[in-house]
Amino acid sequence: MADATALPQTAPTATTASKRSGGFWHWLQPRILPMFTALAIVYLMVPIAVMIVFSFNKPDGKFNYIWNEFSLDGWAHPFAWPGLGNAVITSLAVAVLSTVIATIIGTMMGLALTRYSFRGRGALNGIIFLPMATPEIVMGASLLTLFVATALPPLAGTVPTLYPTGFLTILIAHVMFNISYVVVTVKARLAGFDRRLEEAAMDLGANEVTTFWKVTFPLIFPGIMAAALLAFSLSIDDFVITNFVSGTTNTFPIWVYSIQRNALPVQINVIGSIIFIGAVLLVGLTTIRSGRAARIR
Amino acid sequence: MTAATAHAPTGPTFRARFGRAVPYLLLAPGLLWLVFFYVIPAIQMFTYSVSTGSLERGFEMTFTADAYATALDTFGKQFLNSLLYGGAATILTLLIGFPVAYTIAFRGGRYKNLILFLVIAPFFTSFLIRTISWKILLGDEGPLLAPLRHGFGLIDANIPLLGHAGVIDGRFSILNTPIAQVAGLTYNFLPFMILPLYVALEKIDPRLIEAAEDLYANRGAAFRRVTLPLALPGVFAGTLLTFIPAMGDYINAELLGNTQTRMIGNVIQNRLLLQNDYPVGSALSFILMAGILVAVAVYARLLGTEQLTG
Repeated sequence: MADATALPQTAPTATTASKRSGGFWHWLQPRILPMFTALAIVYLMVPIAVMIVFSFNKPDGKFNYIWNEFSLDGWAHPFAWPGLGNAVITSLAVAVLSTVIATIIGTMMGLALTRYSFRGRGALNGIIFLPMATPEIVMGASLLTLFVATALPPLAGTVPTLYPTGFLTILIAHVMFNISYVVVTVKARLAGFDRRLEEAAMDLGANEVTTFWKVTFPLIFPGIMAAALLAFSLSIDDFVITNFVSGTTNTFPIWVYSIQRNALPVQINVIGSIIFIGAVLLVGLTTIRSGRAARIR
Repeated sequence: MTAATAHAPTGPTFRARFGRAVPYLLLAPGLLWLVFFYVIPAIQMFTYSVSTGSLERGFEMTFTADAYATALDTFGKQFLNSLLYGGAATILTLLIGFPVAYTIAFRGGRYKNLILFLVIAPFFTSFLIRTISWKILLGDEGPLLAPLRHGFGLIDANIPLLGHAGVIDGRFSILNTPIAQVAGLTYNFLPFMILPLYVALEKIDPRLIEAAEDLYANRGAAFRRVTLPLALPGVFAGTLLTFIPAMGDYINAELLGNTQTRMIGNVIQNRLLLQNDYPVGSALSFILMAGILVAVAVYARLLGTEQLTG
């Protein structure tokens, strides 16, 4: 019924519009969606463009909010603020370590979940899903309460003390939120895995360990790499959880947050631009290489 | 004895040595990590929310609900703000994201991967820096408003459509108003909406839509009766991926909003990190978590299908 009433309502508007503007509606109609999409993409790109453009600004005063004049100062001295260099190093160290740890133990979990049946699988999938569905702020807050509790009675002295928080607690938190993403990514890759390839290897005399390293691992390696890339980008960008568990240790986002009330140095835009360009190049190269590999196959 | 054993160069096989323990050995490190650093912290946070004490003296579990009473009495407005601004941003991302995902899935052609790449490109910049970029853009003297203000003489203009929301001290502003805050939230979570919508729409077999049109459905009806129902899992995933982090966000409120638009995340971080008020901070986090779980359950029921989540 609703369809029958909708039709006469829309049809006349379309015809009157096309009469009035000489087929303008006919010209416009197929272009609405692409134009809308283009606008949405512009909306997504604008802040990135602003970040890059303002990295060439010479701000009048301490805050890089208003365009003043073109300058390469920021790019010539990207670390010219106390603490900035250390914060970037900490960010990279946390990202690399948490990526390596989370990728290894997450891949192991993904393998176990796709290849073996055992009791409690449903509950386990739930535990893996929960960190992705929990607001970051709740995870950050709850981790902080645990770390504080290790330094207070009744726990103090019976467990390793994790308060005051610092590098170690940041690393613990980053591995925690990365594990779930790695498991999900690796599982997706394993879902389409042809087990007969492994059976063939075993029939040809390889034992299970050899089969894993010579057949299984190379085949799921792209999935593991995708998981590692995801983990790295989540880690290097994380602010909310890190803010709760970092204490006086600064990662790059924490450093930006703590300084932005008193100053907004142009170096923030420079480092942001470097990270952006680096990531784009990395992903671009990976895509081109995998595209070439696919064509060769 | 399998064929593998006969050829294995080193004694008993992997399976013979570890047997049925293999899956558990593979799971143990990750599971322990999640138990120690996700499950136990959640329990610890609940414990603190029903405790009294201070960081200096330590906390004692007294099973008091005082912290919950304080949380609800004092911060109702911030909870409401979270719901309001988080909800508004979620609806906006859906309204913007659906046409975009639809275009990529059905009209993308050879540009599909390029557009998808552009959609995720913001992730290559820090969340914080992107929000600061909005602060530059939307400022009174920023690239958007300065020309309007100086070129077109829109100073002091009250734009009727936006009402009072955009007026600060009698001048039209965007920064430090709810408009900027919702725009920032919408921006930051838009890719989280587009990607699951795209995944759901991409799976739809175009022949189903053609079949509906062959059966005399007009384009609107085919969309409503075929495309939209099949896209629902994407809508479900996208709204959750947007709404949950948007509810808990405090960066957009702090950088783009004002003191009246603070959300619950601002209060939680203030209580825990600045005031060391662990009972109230924990209670607030717990209420947020519980509220979100209830909302998700109701929402899943409303959308009607359990298989959506599976």
